[in-house]
Amino acid sequence: MALTFVAAVLLVACGSDARDAAPAGDDGAVTGTVTVFAAASLKDVFTEISEAFEAEHPDAHVTLSFGASSALAAQIVEGAPADVFASADEANMAKVVDAGGVSGSPEVFATNSLQILVAPGNPEGIEGLADLADPGLLYVTAAPAVPIGTYAAQALEEAGVTVAPVSLEADVKAVVTKVTSGEADAAIVYATDVTAAGTKGEGVAIPSAHQVVASYPLAVTAEAGNRSAAAAWVAFVLGEQGRAILAAHGFGAP
Amino acid sequence: MTGATEVRSPVGARRTRRGAGADRPPWPVLVLAGVATLFFALPFLGLLWRVPWGDAWRLLTEESSLQALRLSLVCSLSATVLSVVFGVPLAWVLARAGFPGRRLVRALCVLSMVLPPVVGGVALFAAFGRRGVVGGPLYDWFGVRITFTTVAVILAETFVAMPFLVLSVEAGLRGLDRRPEEAARTLGASRWYTFRRVTLPAVRPALVAGAVLAWARALGEFGATITFAGNLPGKTQTMPLAVYLALESDTGQALVLSLVLVAISFGVLVGLRDRWLGGGPPEVR
Repeated sequence: MALTFVAAVLLVACGSDARDAAPAGDDGAVTGTVTVFAAASLKDVFTEISEAFEAEHPDAHVTLSFGASSALAAQIVEGAPADVFASADEANMAKVVDAGGVSGSPEVFATNSLQILVAPGNPEGIEGLADLADPGLLYVTAAPAVPIGTYAAQALEEAGVTVAPVSLEADVKAVVTKVTSGEADAAIVYATDVTAAGTKGEGVAIPSAHQVVASYPLAVTAEAGNRSAAAAWVAFVLGEQGRAILAAHGFGAP
Repeated sequence: MTGATEVRSPVGARRTRRGAGADRPPWPVLVLAGVATLFFALPFLGLLWRVPWGDAWRLLTEESSLQALRLSLVCSLSATVLSVVFGVPLAWVLARAGFPGRRLVRALCVLSMVLPPVVGGVALFAAFGRRGVVGGPLYDWFGVRITFTTVAVILAETFVAMPFLVLSVEAGLRGLDRRPEEAARTLGASRWYTFRRVTLPAVRPALVAGAVLAWARALGEFGATITFAGNLPGKTQTMPLAVYLALESDTGQALVLSLVLVAISFGVLVGLRDRWLGGGPPEVR
């Protein structure tokens, strides 16, 4: 715990240093560093969008910090130096909004659907949500505050399936890793995670009746140091190029 | 190593105090020492300040808190017992037996002490995971799975904690006067009897110190546990994991649980010092 606090203090310290060093101001120019706190499921797509953004704005630099939206929300509320927050659900964005941590109102920029992730070849023969109730099956999910944990629980509730997870992981990427490494048999993750897992995993579709739509809101934070570049980043994600990259990674339009 | 240094420091400190009298440190030393003290004190003061005292008791006695506390105690004590059972013989071999590559073996055995715990977790996966070197055959042939079980927590904690005991006991053994052991052997005691009745009692302070440090380390284990054992309340979610995840959902609970861990650790350190001052072995005095 003490470590966490020290780490947080250091993070804050480093962040403000970086920002002071950046010549960016609020004069409208897109320069300096934009620090984006984003849901773990956005890792690949935001990395690509950042590259495109930096290509368009050579004086700007994007620093990405990925984690569970719940963890990031808690960090922002504690004063972490984020310029932009992109959450994988509305609930964690609302936590930041309620704490006065957002400037303006958040805008949904993408949606995602759920799939069951299993090992390549589907050795356990999982065909749907009902199969996840098998007591011999190692089902993993995320902690309740983490968006994918909530979404997975919703889908299972819709289907009337009760599961006994063997672990509640810290974020969706940790959940994916548990399955792709072969330590767990199945997990409910985002469709985009199944795509990103490539040959290390396989997706089993969830019927639309039990499907849950994940909405991704993003917003400039209230204490953004580099407001103009942050706004430019948000506009870029919502713009044509951002949408195209999001679509290429399997995200749905809002 | 740590243990041995600390075994002697109180005694040494006392001597210095008597010998040198009122030796005032120069003011830059005082200032820097003050800054260092503040650096350590402030986080804990901050913790005390942030804890929601009105709700503290309710948060602490919540089922999820008690579950994590119970699990932490069971796992850390089990890890300590394992560390003693396997660590004392290991320390004895490292201190007494001469064999080629001993330095290498010692480095290997205490590596996990300096390794980032999460790397330890990944390494444990590679060995005891369902696709691991040992875990694979265990699972395929006997259906035994270690990951995601309380056993995995105990393994992870033992992995990071045992080196503290080994180094402490090894240093204790090295600093030991060998004559009583030789006398026992001359008088016809078996090797095993000598080890049990002469050697072990003589290294008791180092053993106690090492065990307590190992226990404290096991209690605080986080990285290897969440990587290797996962996180499930009542099964693998120990206090540090509960704190980490509660931070996202219920900051109050995270703060209260943190305070409990701080109190336990502080108590351990203070208790340890008293123990040494009170019950040190004759040769250390």
